[in-house]
Amino acid sequence: MKASKMSVLRLEMRKAKKYRMLVLMTLPGLLYFLVNNYLPMFGIVIAFKDVNFATGIWGSEWVGFKNFEYLFKTKDAYIITRNTLLYNLSFIVLNTAIAISLAILLNEIRKRILSRTYQTLILLPHLISMVIVGYLVLGFLDVEKGFMNKTLLPFFGLEPISWYSETKYWPWILTIVHAWKGVGQLCIIYLASIIGIDQEYYEAAKIDGANRWQQIQMITIPLIAPVITIMTLLAIGRIFYSDFGLFFQVPLNTGVLMPVTNTIDTYVYRALVNMGDIGMSSAAGLYQALVGFVLVLASNAVVRKFNKDNALF
Amino acid sequence: MPSSGKVYQWTINIVMLAFTFFCIMPFWLLLSASLTDDMEIIRHGYAFFPKAVSFAAYEYLWTNSANILRAYGITILVTVVGTAVGLTLTALLAYPLSRTEMPFRNILSFYVFFTMLFNGGLVPTYLLYTNYFNFKNTMLALIIPSLLMNGFFVILMRTFFATSIPKPIIESAYIDGAKEWKIFAKIVLPLSTPVLATVGLFYTIMYWNDWFNGLIYITDSRYFSLQNMLNRILLDAQFLQSSTEVVATSDLPLTSMRMAIAAIGVVPLLVAYPFFQKYFVKGLTVGAVKG
Repeated sequence: MKASKMSVLRLEMRKAKKYRMLVLMTLPGLLYFLVNNYLPMFGIVIAFKDVNFATGIWGSEWVGFKNFEYLFKTKDAYIITRNTLLYNLSFIVLNTAIAISLAILLNEIRKRILSRTYQTLILLPHLISMVIVGYLVLGFLDVEKGFMNKTLLPFFGLEPISWYSETKYWPWILTIVHAWKGVGQLCIIYLASIIGIDQEYYEAAKIDGANRWQQIQMITIPLIAPVITIMTLLAIGRIFYSDFGLFFQVPLNTGVLMPVTNTIDTYVYRALVNMGDIGMSSAAGLYQALVGFVLVLASNAVVRKFNKDNALF
Repeated sequence: MPSSGKVYQWTINIVMLAFTFFCIMPFWLLLSASLTDDMEIIRHGYAFFPKAVSFAAYEYLWTNSANILRAYGITILVTVVGTAVGLTLTALLAYPLSRTEMPFRNILSFYVFFTMLFNGGLVPTYLLYTNYFNFKNTMLALIIPSLLMNGFFVILMRTFFATSIPKPIIESAYIDGAKEWKIFAKIVLPLSTPVLATVGLFYTIMYWNDWFNGLIYITDSRYFSLQNMLNRILLDAQFLQSSTEVVATSDLPLTSMRMAIAAIGVVPLLVAYPFFQKYFVKGLTVGAVKG
């Protein structure tokens, strides 16, 4: 056993000598990942320390799970976990449902040019940064100048709403904004897999007298089901991560909205930058990374059960 | 397989039209707000069809363009350098990993792949780049942290090299005595323009749109990229006023200017979009369906 391992190693080393040019080519990229991705992984020890810059990170005192104790004693820990999970769940359900419906509709359109135009335009929101999205939303919701308060609400005889200080509207606003930005991309992915379906199935169904709705129900949906499963499971694997820009830029980083806009990512950022609380921030970050990692592994294991080829690893 | 019934087609088109309208409507509001007279905005708010059109916002931005031009310049520089370096490093790493001869191939592939599964998080990354590399308030902070290379694109490119470059071509070049470096530059890269264009495009969009690095690493507004400037103006209405050099700030069309700056930030992307759309769609679908 050991001898064979040694010989494998020797073989690889010999290959490394022979193909040293190939090895050389990989070095800059490998070095980048080492610095940007692997070195910070060692930094997770910060979560177990009381960082003191006078003595340096490595010289700082170990405090065990104190940072985590503090974090989970606060109400914030519950709020940010709840917000991250619930928002992501509703995003997954809503975006998937809309994207599949639109993809089916797009595939039904006979005029190629129309279908192409729709595809182009519904992808536009995916292209822009969340800062720009912040401006676009402000155009509608600005309390004094926004389209909602100045035009739409008065038109229906309703009173203006101070959007950026009332929490009750934000779960809806954020869900709509997220759908606006994300549905196009998801729709294109589902459309690609619908287009890939063999036409013979539909021909056969037509001969058997199936109408459009039956064809969609009996052929289209079942045949794209694997893609739906995979996309959904991948999204579930990422359920502990939130879109920082969406929850930070779109509500304009407003304090009063935080009960419904604070997620793990925004909490980590604010604890670090606004409060300078490295202990709390890194504890929340590690909590996210570990649970997130377990969820990715779990969802991948489920994908593997469905279809080995579609699993990430 | 599309059905030909006229009513059926009309119904579907109306639904699609409604959703498409929902998608582009906010852009329209932004552009029309930037072209509305400030007094009109204060009276009637942002409107899709402004009653009083005015180019004042753009004129002020044009005459006071120093700050914006610098931010624009930084964005362009960061995008060009970041994309060029990132794409080069990605291809250089992906190609050897696609070759079966590569020593430690599986271990190294996993090394790249694992970066997609787990990360140290914001705090260690931030402390590393600020305390050990002193990136705070430097251009490097806009280029290197988190953005320069992405494990996902390395894997994507590796898969392309492994499946789309015929092995016999590489082998025969090798037998003819061509050096590895030459094979890569003269044979592999020219055959890989689709994947290079797709990955390059995604790096370009990522750099153009990035505001996060600026948010955490840049506090000195002289180093702001366009997105950072937009970010500050969005979250802090005073910032626009303080960053313009005009003495009499009272008659500045601040409201429409704010929207005009955002429009200037997004319009180049919208104009270029039709030209790169093909690769954009390819990247989205390949990435998602094949991993």
